[in-house]
Amino acid sequence: MRHPENIPTSASFSRDHIQTVGNIFVKDARIECRSVDVFYGEKHAIQDVSLGVGRNEVIALIGPSGCGKSTFLRCLNRMNDTIPGCRVSGEIKLDGQDIYAEGLDVVPLRAQVGMVFQKPNPFPKSIFENVAYGPRIHGLASNKLELEEIVEKSLRRAGLWEEVKDYLRHPGTGLSGGQQQRLCIARTIAVNPEVILMDEPCSALDPIATAKIEQLMDDLREHYTIAIVTHSMQQAARVSQRTAYFHLGKLIEVGETAQIFTNPRHQLTEDYITGRFG
Amino acid sequence: MSNRTEENKSSNQGIRTHEIVKAGLHRRRAAEIRFKAYGFICIVAGLGFLMVLFGNIIAHAWSAFEQTYVALDVTFDESALDPEGKHDAASLASADYPALLKRSLAAMFPEVKDRLEKRSLNALLSSGAPYELRRILENDPALLGKTERIWLPVDDDVDMLVKGQIDRDIGEGDRRMKDYQIAWIDKLIAAGRVEKRFNKQFFTSGDSREPEMAGIWGALMGSLFTLMVTGALSLPIGIASAIYLEEFAPRNRWTDIIEVNINNLAAVPSIVFGLLGLAVFINFFGLPRSSPLVGGLVLTLMTLPVIIIAARSALKSVPPSIREAALGIGASQMQTVFHHVLPLAMPGMLTGAIIGMARALGESAPLLMIGMVAFIVDVPGSLTDPSTVLPVQIYLWADSSERGFVERTSAAILVLLAFLITMNGLAVYLRKHYERRW
Repeated sequence: MRHPENIPTSASFSRDHIQTVGNIFVKDARIECRSVDVFYGEKHAIQDVSLGVGRNEVIALIGPSGCGKSTFLRCLNRMNDTIPGCRVSGEIKLDGQDIYAEGLDVVPLRAQVGMVFQKPNPFPKSIFENVAYGPRIHGLASNKLELEEIVEKSLRRAGLWEEVKDYLRHPGTGLSGGQQQRLCIARTIAVNPEVILMDEPCSALDPIATAKIEQLMDDLREHYTIAIVTHSMQQAARVSQRTAYFHLGKLIEVGETAQIFTNPRHQLTEDYITGRFG
Repeated sequence: MSNRTEENKSSNQGIRTHEIVKAGLHRRRAAEIRFKAYGFICIVAGLGFLMVLFGNIIAHAWSAFEQTYVALDVTFDESALDPEGKHDAASLASADYPALLKRSLAAMFPEVKDRLEKRSLNALLSSGAPYELRRILENDPALLGKTERIWLPVDDDVDMLVKGQIDRDIGEGDRRMKDYQIAWIDKLIAAGRVEKRFNKQFFTSGDSREPEMAGIWGALMGSLFTLMVTGALSLPIGIASAIYLEEFAPRNRWTDIIEVNINNLAAVPSIVFGLLGLAVFINFFGLPRSSPLVGGLVLTLMTLPVIIIAARSALKSVPPSIREAALGIGASQMQTVFHHVLPLAMPGMLTGAIIGMARALGESAPLLMIGMVAFIVDVPGSLTDPSTVLPVQIYLWADSSERGFVERTSAAILVLLAFLITMNGLAVYLRKHYERRW
């Protein structure tokens, strides 16, 4: 029988090597994380992870289920604050400013770092209201006309405008799954963030909707930095420039996507990519 | 070779399972049918009891909505009403109307000479008949000096006789009405002077010792004012507390203690709140006894735990994905709660609130403690006037000995039930209205 240990290894770093392999930090980073630890009560979910995310790049976080990639992603806009019993230590800097500093207001942080969730969750309001809510509460539009412009621009950028422009007053929950997810993306970009975090955005969608959103990510890269958590290695290979591989709460390897998928340097990365476990 | 015996073994086991299942199927189906039958019987029994209860109440209450009137030829004799010829409202108000009625009755039954019998004859009319006469004259002063056929309300005993509630067959000593009184009534009926009309008095006047003059308007107003106070206090406080406890309060030992206490308070017997109201609101703060204000305060204390619990569970039922979506685009905690969570939780909150209010409407024990059991004749005009509430009124009437109050008790119960059904109907309508919007 074939066992993973029996197959001859080719990667330079063995499975026991615990230091992160590859270029963790980049020049002119948008986000810089140093020695981040996350505890859910007693469980040590993220162990001493350091990572840098460059401007206008798409970085994919991959790894088997339960390895902590979603947890790490949620740290970047402090969504873990909503989970009782969750403790985050370490330093996460957005444009040089520590987001876990004492007394930092999370409201503007979350306007700068937007999030798209796994299951599309449009507000139970009209399509227009869904997209307009963010700009309205942050005061990004000074009159109705400006608000409508922002809504149209966001829907166009999300690739949804042509499909819904005649149905703006219809409820957002009446759209198909793929359209709802694009609506959530439009909602996120309506507040003009700098970073967009995507937590497995296509896992609940069919291949065609997935393809549309992947195309969208490429267009969005022009204006935003994107960090995407994905279960699908093919998707990571398609959309990202850098990839980070997580395993049991640790960051194993980081590098250019092409290099990670063709020539991984850590054995665990190679095991995951070649499908020895997943 | 070995593969084939394995195959046979597994297919043999397949056949065995199927046979076993088939054998037991009959018993399983029978058990299901029995269970469904039990459920059906329970529902039918429940509905049956409900119908018996309602049927009983309606059967008794039906006759209360009618009041017997008798037509008398009344001469508005100027010499009796306005001997000084002043023709002003004051003298008309204080004139001797009973005398007019006595004269009219004497004219119709000239054979009645004995003083005792004359008293019995005059007792056929309601004690409110003179006031009715005065009202008619005040509305139409031109009647002065004329003779008119006036319909006047009869005494409750006559009313009961006409409605068939008094048994004519039992001996005179056991009856409220004497034989000759019954004979007079029969004569009036034969002359076509007796008819039953809609009992407006029931809906427009307050309580009275005389059943034919008694109405529920006083109790209705009292209930309305009390509910107004209860609603105005318990709804905002209850909903705000629930929002705070559910969305903003930290989860620690203190909030746990508060939650346990609120759950316990919801189960406290309501009379305890009445004692609290008596000790604190009336004795300590000196608020007016038996007023809707104090009644409302006591009922607020009673309804608050119920509303808090219902509102909290409505808030808990809002899916967390909505909260995350709102927080994710940078809404503050307040904005998330008030713009997104609260509208979605509104149907549940409204239902809980109205059920709490309906419970408050039907409470009598705590209100007895704060004095609403007194005999109140005047209709309350403000929050501090002494008043009574519908359930307490029903209790007082049920306790009365007059025959006329039996039907009025049932009629008052019907009014209370109508009130409750309306409130519940409002709850259902509001829920549907808010649910449809999303």
